[in-house]
Amino acid sequence: MKARVHVFLKEGVLDPQGKAVASALKTLGFEEVDSVRQGKFFDIETGPLPASEAEDRVKEYCKKLLANPIIEHFRVEIVEP
Amino acid sequence: MKVGVVVFPGSNCDHDALEWSSRLLGLPTEEIWYQDRDLRGVDLVILPGGFSYGDYLRCGAMAARAPIMDEVVAHARRGGLVIGICNGFQVLCEVGLLPGALLRNRSLTFLCQDVYLRVETTGSPWTSAMRRGEILRVPIAHGDGNYFCDPETLHRLLGEDRVAFRYVSPGGTLDPEWNVNGSLDAIAGILSEKKNVLGMMPHPERASEDMVGSTDGLGIFKSVMGALCG
Repeated sequence: MKARVHVFLKEGVLDPQGKAVASALKTLGFEEVDSVRQGKFFDIETGPLPASEAEDRVKEYCKKLLANPIIEHFRVEIVEP
Repeated sequence: MKVGVVVFPGSNCDHDALEWSSRLLGLPTEEIWYQDRDLRGVDLVILPGGFSYGDYLRCGAMAARAPIMDEVVAHARRGGLVIGICNGFQVLCEVGLLPGALLRNRSLTFLCQDVYLRVETTGSPWTSAMRRGEILRVPIAHGDGNYFCDPETLHRLLGEDRVAFRYVSPGGTLDPEWNVNGSLDAIAGILSEKKNVLGMMPHPERASEDMVGSTDGLGIFKSVMGALCG
């Protein structure tokens, strides 16, 4: 199974890195940029997993390690069952 | 009173903590390896500063899942004393012994400087020998020390008298300019519900000898020695 996990800061959590990137884009002349939120993603490969369980299983990875629920949201995408 | 300093890969203030506890305070102190599953009967656990696991994933996230942490959590749940300094504070938040999280500094820069802390409560074993409102000069050295929690958690921390220290001006007033990392409500250190666990970003162990310019960091250990030894 192949999965991609996106982890991003919750709304309301200050993202100074995203802010700095937004201001850099503006400096480069991309004046239309209003805001940037920076996140990260993980590409995960596993051994065989029943298709019905894969998503829940990867969500457990997120809750246990990949994301900090106090400040971050996550989104799981099963790329290849 | 026996003290244990947990050593993770990437800890770099473990020796500062050892010196603090053993040489300056004369307490029997030992290092505890992160892969061990035994605290060897210590009464007080120090999670030292540093960059455990190179700050991979999130600061303190990997260390919070190291084998020794099950024992540290069990010790804390029994009411045992635990202090997390800098990276140790980040580990305590990641493992859930303290609420909230430490975000990137507002300035996005690594800050290495002295700060002024105001003692906000004496109602804990960590601060009992100090005065409320006392000002401590203690150094910080971190890139991710910007304390954050949701409004309900902040409300609880305030209601339960669990803010141990705030960043203030040298004169002791709240001032955004002196809240150098941008922490929520200028919070520099917080306590667990039972007050036996303290997490703080500043380094009291680096301000405990005249030679380094400040002995303000000694009050924390003196408080705890008083609490334990009577």
